[in-house]
Amino acid sequence: MEGAEPPTLPPQMFTTSAQLLDLTDKKLLVALRDGRKLIGVLRSWDQRLYVNDSYCDIPRGVFIVRGENVLLLGEIDLDREDDIPFRQASVEEVFAGQRQADAEKKHRDKVHRKKLRALGFEDEGEVLV
Amino acid sequence: MLFFSFFKTLVDHEVTIELKNDLLIRGTLKSVDQFLNIKLDEIHVVDEARYPHLSAVKSVFIRGSVVRYVHLPANAVDTALLEDATRREASNAAAARTR
Repeated sequence: MEGAEPPTLPPQMFTTSAQLLDLTDKKLLVALRDGRKLIGVLRSWDQRLYVNDSYCDIPRGVFIVRGENVLLLGEIDLDREDDIPFRQASVEEVFAGQRQADAEKKHRDKVHRKKLRALGFEDEGEVLV
Repeated sequence: MLFFSFFKTLVDHEVTIELKNDLLIRGTLKSVDQFLNIKLDEIHVVDEARYPHLSAVKSVFIRGSVVRYVHLPANAVDTALLEDATRREASNAAAARTR
């Protein structure tokens, strides 16, 4: 969708837009390609995507997210949200755990890709976490 | 555009989407657009213990480019029709190239 836009939107634009329309102003979880999760209220979007008022463990303020970095948008059920048995931990603790999990995943992926290559499968690359 | 139309025929069916990060999400297909972005309702994550961040999520919008597979209910797919449509589109494309 890059480049000059025609003066009127092509009709297929509306199919995309309509899907995000009912998520606007709702509390969402946005999973990004780098594995980060943003929780916040979707305020605005275009062919790309904006998320406002986002926080994870750390309050982040306003986030503008380019669409290509988005894995998925999840609408959070406000009734179920409070029942999740999550333990609040310090930022340092969570980051240390995350680094360890990342390292383990990286190792698993490496083994996985090596096996796939040996079987003649094309490498999917290391882009997604 | 063939698979866009194809996925539109699967709306309201239960499908499982496998993402490129190995996450499997099962839910009711609500809509699909020309980028094959997918909206699912009443989702549950197949391996919930590994992905706890989605346990409070009821519906998702998945960007088409991160989907690896869509697991379909076999009885919702008319394979012969799909094969025909695929061949027709391929021959149309070939005809358009030689024109």
